[in-house]
Parts: sequence; structure tokens; C-alpha cells
Amino acid sequence: MRNARRHLSVFLPLAFLGAAVVSADTPKLGEPAAPEVVAKWNSTIFPDGRGLPEGKGTVTEGRAIYDKKCSNCHGPEGRGETAEELAGNDVPLSDPDTSQTIGSYWPYATTLFDYTRRAMPMDAPGSLAPDEVYAVTAYLLQINGVITEADEMNAATLAKVRMPNRDGFTRIDAK
Amino acid sequence: MAVPPDSNDELEYAAGGGLLHRRALLRQGLVLATAAAAIPAARAQSPPPAALPAPLDPNPPTLTTPGAPFSAYGSPSSFERRVLRAVGANADVPGNGVSWTPLESLEGIITPSGLHFERHHNGVPTIDPKQHRLMIHGFVKQPLTFSLESLLRYPMRSHLIFLECGGNSNAGWHSEPIQRPVGSFHGMVSCSEWTGVPVSVLLDEAGVDAAAAWAVLEGADAGALNVSLPLAKLRDDCIVALYQNGERIRPEQGYPLRLIVPGWEGIVNIKWLRRLQLTSEPAMTRDETAKYTELQPGGKARQFTYVMEAKSVITTPSAMQRLKDPGIYEIRGLAWSGRGRVARVDISADGGKTWAEAALQDPVLPRCLTRFRAAWNWSGKPAVLKSRATDETGYVQPERNVLVAERGRRGYFHYNAIVSWGVAEDGEVSHVYA
Ligand code: HEC
Repeated sequence: MRNARRHLSVFLPLAFLGAAVVSADTPKLGEPAAPEVVAKWNSTIFPDGRGLPEGKGTVTEGRAIYDKKCSNCHGPEGRGETAEELAGNDVPLSDPDTSQTIGSYWPYATTLFDYTRRAMPMDAPGSLAPDEVYAVTAYLLQINGVITEADEMNAATLAKVRMPNRDGFTRIDAK
Repeated sequence: MAVPPDSNDELEYAAGGGLLHRRALLRQGLVLATAAAAIPAARAQSPPPAALPAPLDPNPPTLTTPGAPFSAYGSPSSFERRVLRAVGANADVPGNGVSWTPLESLEGIITPSGLHFERHHNGVPTIDPKQHRLMIHGFVKQPLTFSLESLLRYPMRSHLIFLECGGNSNAGWHSEPIQRPVGSFHGMVSCSEWTGVPVSVLLDEAGVDAAAAWAVLEGADAGALNVSLPLAKLRDDCIVALYQNGERIRPEQGYPLRLIVPGWEGIVNIKWLRRLQLTSEPAMTRDETAKYTELQPGGKARQFTYVMEAKSVITTPSAMQRLKDPGIYEIRGLAWSGRGRVARVDISADGGKTWAEAALQDPVLPRCLTRFRAAWNWSGKPAVLKSRATDETGYVQPERNVLVAERGRRGYFHYNAIVSWGVAEDGEVSHVYA
């Protein structure tokens, strides 16, 4: 009885303010996750390269992978098919006839690695080994004119790639 | 100020083109259409129909035949089986695409769960709740995982709110007005009661480090869709939702749990949520850089445009419908704002020359769909109907030419301009730019 009354006096004014829950009253059932478990779950890659796995790949290797596993949807050389184009825009972003390709629009090369690793190819997401992801990333950056045929992509080199549209974004609702 | 279409009638006009005063909605004797869309209920001026339909059976067989037995889970009437989501998917990847809520067929503000819009990037996963965990890690004192069983024991709260895809209405950017039912144009907005555990409670349990300012969130779908969100919003009002409209969330809405971010674009309301990582900065994922950003005329792009600004659309009458004959109609529609409550909705029947305030139907809740109504006496002459929402911050929904002048036409996302429906002399309703 006394407990219930104490509860009420704590809850009512807070509920009125919109913060309906007092943390002290929660059951605390979260189970501690060991660092090695967290490491297995954690797949985030940051723009500075944190989170990139070990491995490496070349443009030549990447072209072979692309032709086999990507071009059926994205077209040869990334020119678009049933899935969107990935390369081939020379028109400036300020021109209404532009298109938003990796080379013309994407601000970070790490995003390309992260997205390809988790989501592509769309019929078998997550199926590429790190070396394959580095290779196909290298190929897509090369056909977008961002790196050269000779550049190898690995955790160190990919993090250093500066995308042409790196400063093309203005944050609106969050800083 | 307003010119009545027929000066002989005794109706009280509020604006041009036949818009009636809001009081008309309450007045006895003026019966407004309540059933089928766009069928006039009161025919002030029209003559009685020439041939009467066959009289209805005064003793229909349902009075004398025992009905169907109980059903353990109800479904809509078989007569309503054409009220469906319209689906638009990729030919090569059937799980990549959208489905739209059929706004033209619905009333009130709640979207039936089975008609809630969808945007999936690679299909709907089947997740066994026993095998599912939510992990909270990163800038916390103690990384934690939560099972569904334990989350169900936490204190919960509900948000009765709209959810809108950032790409909703994007056909509005096209140079020609698209001709589609209103739901297949603006129906990537839906409204549900979402119930679950406040994110702040789970964060407090893990213990937030002072350096945390953002979080990276990830789903358990194919492709593990990931986005970043500012920590302040997560703490403020976000919930890990387990229920939608009273029942456990449906697979296509994120079963067994999704993030709910009130008022913010759909993409950040991560379905099938499995990981929340506190960080000091955003991860710059594909869906917050390459997509869900808006290229502007100067060549720069708007990023982290999370809030869905005030918007409204008339759902009846609307494109692809037909008014049978002149007379009194109820104009019905939906308004919403990601910044709070809808303060007012104005209606024009003369293409924006004159406006009259619509009645807002209770409840009018923050970040929730709000139903508006206005009475209209259609003279039978061409008309252009518009609705314009104003939210409690004073933000007014812009005209299309104003939005396009400011944002160009390449932004793709966050189209919230005033929608114009043209009514032709034969009663045909179409989408127009006016
Ligand atoms: C079965 C068809 C299919 C295959 C195969 C495929 N993709 Fe995709 N890809 C898509 C679709 C569809 C999208 C758009 C995804 C969405 O709507 O979120 C996409 C998006 C992308 C994007 C993002 C483009 C942007 O501008 O946002 C990249 C990059 C990409 N794919 C790379 C690849 C690579 C690399 C491969 C091969 C390893 C590949 N894709 C194989 C269908 C496919």
C-alpha cells in the first residue's frame, strides 16, 4: 500500500511532463555482452576507416567479380539496368541533367565498402569475402574515375580515398 | 467575399467555388456523403432520377439464415477485397520496392495494420523471437543484449503517430502531374498506435558514456539496413516498439521489434532492430548519404533531413474518382506534421484564389494523422481543389511552385507541397499542377 502510494507520487508529475518511465523502476534484464561477442556483431565502418576488416583487392580482380555477380542487375560498367547506375555521370551536380552516381555524389568511399559487404549482391547479401569486397570497391571507384587501375584497396588505402563530392552535403536536422 | 454558385440556394458559403461554411457540417438537414467515395448525398438542385432501381427485398435472406460461425482472427468483408496496398517492386528482386496505403478507400486516422505502407530493401525476414536479441553497445559502460522475453517485462508507452517514408509523394517532383489514385501517390504515410519500451530506459541500463552523441542502428533483414541517429532524439521520445495497433508488430513492419522515431522519416524507424551502437559521430551509411539526401539546385545536398514537415492531401474527392452530379459533397482529407499538432487546414475550391478553414476532427494529436472535413456545393463547373496545412509551429505547407523554386526537382525526398485536384465538367477528378 505504502509502496503503491510512493509510486504514484513519483509517476504523476513525470508522466505529465511526458517522461513516463523512471529508470529506477525498470527490471534491468539486459545480459552483459562479452567484448568478443560484441566484436562479432559489430559491423559498423566509419568514414575514417575504423571497422574496416583485414584484406585487399585490385581493380582487375574487382572487374571479374563485378562482371560475374553484379552486372546482371547494374549493367556492364555500372551503367544501370534493372538496378540503378553506379558510374558514368560527367554532368556537374548543379546541372538539372546530372545523375547521382558513386563518383559524382557519394561523400565517402568507406560507405561503398560497408554497403557492398552487407547488402550486395542483392540475391546473396553478405556472401562476399573481405578481399572480394575490397576488389569490387576498387573496381567501382576506378570506373568512377576516383582511383587508378593500379591502386590496390585495403583498410589503409580505402580510408585515404577522398571522394570528389566529399563536401557536398549540408546537415539539416542534426549536427 | 465568396460567390455562391447559385444565388437561389440558402447555403452559407465560406469561400469561392462553392465551399460551404464549417457550420454546414454540423447543421441538421444538410446530409453529407458518408458512404461510397464521391457520391453526393444531398442533391440540392438535381432533379429526381428518371428510373428508380428495383426495390430492395424488405426481408433479405440474412434475416432468416444463420450466419457464418466465429473466426479466430477476423478479416475484412469479402465485398471489400479490392481495398489493397498497391505494390511497386523490382522485377529482378521482388522484395525490393514499396507498397502504398490505399488512402482513397480509408476513413478516420488509423491505418489497418495490414494496409500500412511498406518500403523494403530486400524482402521481409521471418524472425523467430526466441532467436532474436537487441544488442546495445559502443559508448556505454556495459554492453547488453535484450531478449524479447525480457523486453516484454519493461515499462511501456504508446505513440499514436503517423509514419511517412521520406520518399512519399515523390512523383510530385515530376514535370507532369502523375495520374494515380491518391494512395498510390501519397500513400507512403500510415498511422498506428505503436507500443514498446522507451529507448532511454535501455540506454540508462547500459550506462551512456559522456562522449556519445550519435547511435548507429541496424536491422536483421537481408542487407542489415543501417542508419545513424542523434542520441538526443533517441533519448527524447523513441521507443523499441513491440506492438502495433494492439497486436504484436507484423512481419512486414519489423516483427519482433522495430525502432519508432516520432515525426521522423520512415527509413530511420529501423525494422527488425538488432543493434544499437552509441558513437560520437554518424557512420555515413549508404541510406544517409547516397540516398535519403536531397540534391539542391546549386549542387549541394541536404543531409539528415529527418523531420517530416507539415503536409495535407484531400482523399475524397481525389484523382481517378468521378463526381456523379452537381450537389453537396464532403471534402475529406488527412493532414500531419512531424513537428507537432496540425493547427489548421484551409481548403480552396477555386485553385487557391480563396480559402476556407476546414473542420479538424478529434483527436488532433502531435505527429499523428489528423482528419479534416469541409462541405462543398459543386456547381458542375470546372473546379480546382486544394488543401493547405499549418502546424502548431506556424509552418505553412508550401505551394508546389514555391517548393520547386526553392529545392529544384532533383531532391527526390521530402516532397510536401500543396496537392491540387482538378474537377472537370463531367465530374472527372485528376491531378493538376495549379
Ligand atoms: C539481383 C540484382 C542485383 C545484383 C546481382 C546486385 N545488385 Fe546492387 N543493387 C540492386 C538494387 C535493386 C539496388 C537498390 C537497392 C535499394 O533499393 O535500396 C542496388 C544498389 C546497389 C548500390 C547502391 C547504389 C546507390 O546509388 O545507392 C551499390 C553500390 C550496389 N548495388 C553494388 C552492387 C555490387 C558491387 C554488386 C555485385 C557484388 C551488386 N550490386 C549486385 C540490385 C542488385
